[in-house]
Amino acid sequence: MLHENERDLRETILRISAVDVRKCMKCGKCSGSCPAYEQMEYHPHQFVAMVDNGDIQALLDSDASFKCLTCYACTERCPRDVRPARLVEAVRLLKIRKQGQNHLKPDAIPAKLEAELPQQAIVAALRKYSK
Amino acid sequence: MQRIGVFVCWCGSNIAGPVDVERVAEAMKSVPGVVHSTTYQYMCSEVGQSRIMEAIKEHQLTGVVVCSCSPRMHENTFRKTAQRAGLNPYMVEIANIREQCSWIHKDKEVGTQKAIVLAKAAVAKVMLNTPLQAGTSPVIKRALVIGGGIAGIQTALDIADAGYEVDIVEKSPTIGGRMAQLDKTFPTLDCSACILTPKMVDAAQNEKIDIISYAQVEKVSGFVGNFTVTIRKKARFVDELKCTGCGACMEKCPSKKGKNEFNMGLNNRTAIYIPFAQAIPNVAVIDPEQCLKLKTGKCGLCERVCSAGAINYKQEDEVFERQYGAIVAATGFKPIDLDAFDEYGYSQSKDVVTSLEFERIMNAAGPTGGQLVRPSDGKHPHEIVFIQCVGSRDTSGCGKPYCSKICCMYTAKHAMLVRDKYPDVNVHVFYIDVRTPGKNFDEFYRRAVEQYGVDYIKGMVGKVFPEGDKLIVQGSDLINGKQLALQADMVVLAAAIEPDPSARKLATMLTASMDTNDFFTEAHPKLRPVESPTAGVFLSGVCQGPKDIPETVAQAGAAASKVIGLLAKDHLVTNPCVAQSNELLCNGCSQCERVCPYGAISYVEKEIRGPGVREVRRVAQVNPAVCQGCGACTVTCPSGAMDLQGFSNLQIMAEVDAICK
Amino acid sequence: MNYSYYPGCTLKTKAKELDRYARSSAEKLGLHLEELEDWQCCGAVYPQAEDEIATKLSAVRALAQAKEKGGKLVTLCSACHHVIKRVNLDMQNNEYIRTRVNNYIAPDAPYAGETQVLHYLELLRDELGFEQLKKSVVNPLKGRKIAAYYGCMLLRPAEEMGMDDPENPKILEDFLRALGAEPVLYPYRNECCGGYIALEDKGQARQNVDKILHSASLAGAEAVITACPLCLYNLAQNAGKERLPVLYFTELLAEALGVKEEA
Repeated sequence: MLHENERDLRETILRISAVDVRKCMKCGKCSGSCPAYEQMEYHPHQFVAMVDNGDIQALLDSDASFKCLTCYACTERCPRDVRPARLVEAVRLLKIRKQGQNHLKPDAIPAKLEAELPQQAIVAALRKYSK
Repeated sequence: MQRIGVFVCWCGSNIAGPVDVERVAEAMKSVPGVVHSTTYQYMCSEVGQSRIMEAIKEHQLTGVVVCSCSPRMHENTFRKTAQRAGLNPYMVEIANIREQCSWIHKDKEVGTQKAIVLAKAAVAKVMLNTPLQAGTSPVIKRALVIGGGIAGIQTALDIADAGYEVDIVEKSPTIGGRMAQLDKTFPTLDCSACILTPKMVDAAQNEKIDIISYAQVEKVSGFVGNFTVTIRKKARFVDELKCTGCGACMEKCPSKKGKNEFNMGLNNRTAIYIPFAQAIPNVAVIDPEQCLKLKTGKCGLCERVCSAGAINYKQEDEVFERQYGAIVAATGFKPIDLDAFDEYGYSQSKDVVTSLEFERIMNAAGPTGGQLVRPSDGKHPHEIVFIQCVGSRDTSGCGKPYCSKICCMYTAKHAMLVRDKYPDVNVHVFYIDVRTPGKNFDEFYRRAVEQYGVDYIKGMVGKVFPEGDKLIVQGSDLINGKQLALQADMVVLAAAIEPDPSARKLATMLTASMDTNDFFTEAHPKLRPVESPTAGVFLSGVCQGPKDIPETVAQAGAAASKVIGLLAKDHLVTNPCVAQSNELLCNGCSQCERVCPYGAISYVEKEIRGPGVREVRRVAQVNPAVCQGCGACTVTCPSGAMDLQGFSNLQIMAEVDAICK
Repeated sequence: MNYSYYPGCTLKTKAKELDRYARSSAEKLGLHLEELEDWQCCGAVYPQAEDEIATKLSAVRALAQAKEKGGKLVTLCSACHHVIKRVNLDMQNNEYIRTRVNNYIAPDAPYAGETQVLHYLELLRDELGFEQLKKSVVNPLKGRKIAAYYGCMLLRPAEEMGMDDPENPKILEDFLRALGAEPVLYPYRNECCGGYIALEDKGQARQNVDKILHSASLAGAEAVITACPLCLYNLAQNAGKERLPVLYFTELLAEALGVKEEA
């Protein structure tokens, strides 16, 4: 049995990601495809299994969701149409939607600016890492 | 005056749980015409049936309504019960209060109310039933088997063994099917050709079996016991009776760029060819798309070298009709196209092959003479990666949702054969699950691991790509929690299997139903697994669902025994619930003739005499032996002349009225 | 034929060439691109969450405006194309999102995904035709061995992007052939370069870039083309030992059409 808190977190993730984790047959094709595998503490297939198990806190405590490249290789190749990238994004959102939990703070940006950096990179980073 | 008895079945707790059966029986007592209404735990049991029989006698019932399961299940049972008690069997109606009430309604009140309504409708109908007499139709003592793979061959051999004539129609130039392409068979590793070719020869030599190769079924009409089938035998441009199969033509043919179908396109064949050495019939065939003589008129070398004078460039397709009592579909399978799985690099590297291609590479009669070499450069490989479930168990829309069933075992076989013949080759198998239910199957797989050192990796491959002369296989190792990037010399894909595309057209001709994956549907998934719901049509082999050779042979025998059971009868009892034309009302418009799917309706000039009428008119006539009672004509007829016995317009309207009241 | 055109922010700043060459080429080819009025930044990342509404609004505003102006919207930057195309599909297929977005922006007529979103490459392939393009080439890029880099956003998820086979695409190669160049096939052309992560973890981005450029140069490429400013930045700026010139595909287009100098 999951604690109420875990159950709530699980429900939230499932609702905002619109992913049916039970469709997963645990083949690992997502993690076999992932170009950020080495950098992610938890791998795409673990996001699916851990959300299903309600083990959300560990995902929230990890920086794995910030290491995802959002390249959709996992989603493209999943034979069960599970779309793990949506789960990673839901976890990321759950983190940064909490007040003061922005992963990227606007003050940190000037230091990261390079002459050639396209605007797109900053907009994207703000969207992915902060609210 | 009708006297109706109502019998409400509990079906254990199946009906009595969610439906108040006592209330249903009680409610029926006040319906006009009902003189007896009761319940029992299992109406289909011997005790239940004798209760019905006793009631028929005791209450002089003229009609019976059984409230129970679907009529598909027990209508026949209760008709026989009535008949034993002296009542015409067609004076029985079933109200389906199980599938249509208790199994679908959670609310007992709703289920009970609906059961009462359905029972009332059945009573309203049975009040209008008339006694019907079943006729008979003769059985043609000859069977047609469509498909000449191991399924079709075994079915034909078993039917012939019982003494009946049987034809095999095979679309390719030889029988043998997929099994002829295989190298070894699991779990015993005996050579596929060694056990198949004797059966092919048996079929060819059996005087009861007629092999019609390079042919296809074009049209099917008729019904169980009496099918008429149109067969098109494609032009081979070679006289089957004269050709000796010497192969001299193949040696001389200058057009050598045809894709060798038997070797899965791994090498080429000539325009005139015999598919493989043990082909049956062992007769050459000319590919008209490739033959220079047929395309340009210039060449004719084969004709010159043929000492038997068998070449005939003017040969044409032959179309003929034959009559059969039973038809067996044995159309088999093919591996799926891998266009939607480019992540495995099949279209990008010659060294990524399918398992069926790998069979040919390992086969002594194959394109490499049985030498394991890479298709790209002919070099000996040192690392081979097998990937299972390519397109199987795939609900993303790219593949097939089902398990192809045979891949786990043939992959273990391939892995073992490679390790046995070439101990220097490392073999890795990526798997999701290893599924080995079957006699000596799991032992076989374990032998691959324990005795032959095959490296099984739990996980799926994400991508295969060429790098230099190697293939990089990037995939998951879920047990060790790693992402692997193996360097391989060859990759073998266990592609999902799907029904042969010819099956869909055939199903339409046979009016046999298919599932969403184009596998033929059984009459009952457990209890009638080799019969199609269409009477007289039987199923053999993978056309019904994925299966391996032992299962296919077992099913082929089962299908044969069903065919034999049918052919052994001289006559079949026909369904009396057929259409009837009221000649007084018929206006001769021909609409019924056009909609009849069975060709049961014809028109005749006839003298019609009725009140104030005496003239010769063109009127519809139904052949009761051909009519299947589908009712299409009755709803089409604009003048109300067509009616279906047992389901008359009056009866249907009475049911509707009873429900709407 | 007139097309509405959505350049996006980066094309007005760091990726001016991508835009400039595209416009001059389109003009030469007789394709009339009309820039939308007052377009807003698409956000550069498609918001996947079901409850993200505000982040989809700018894309819908652009789409709704294009609907009024003929119904075909051309995009150029991979990221903008990805965001606008997918938001458009949400507006077609996701009633929850459609209702909320329409409530939010209250357009004259509710927007339900009527606009057709075309990437500039699709414009060339499907509206003009590569055969036609080939006829307009005045400086064929003979002998130039070019590696097409697709990245992620043009192709995946293929079910939604619908541009090409996500594992073995050919639109950029066919484009290169039309220009007379020699496309170089290499397996990493649809692997992610890690552009999104460049700000967060340069090391990770560099690793991916190295693999891609190594793979391209092994295959004999002398330059790489892309449709994405972020990919271009990443491939050019975060490369390690393996380096190749990285160009926008529109630059080659303008060159082949003889309009590079005037652009």
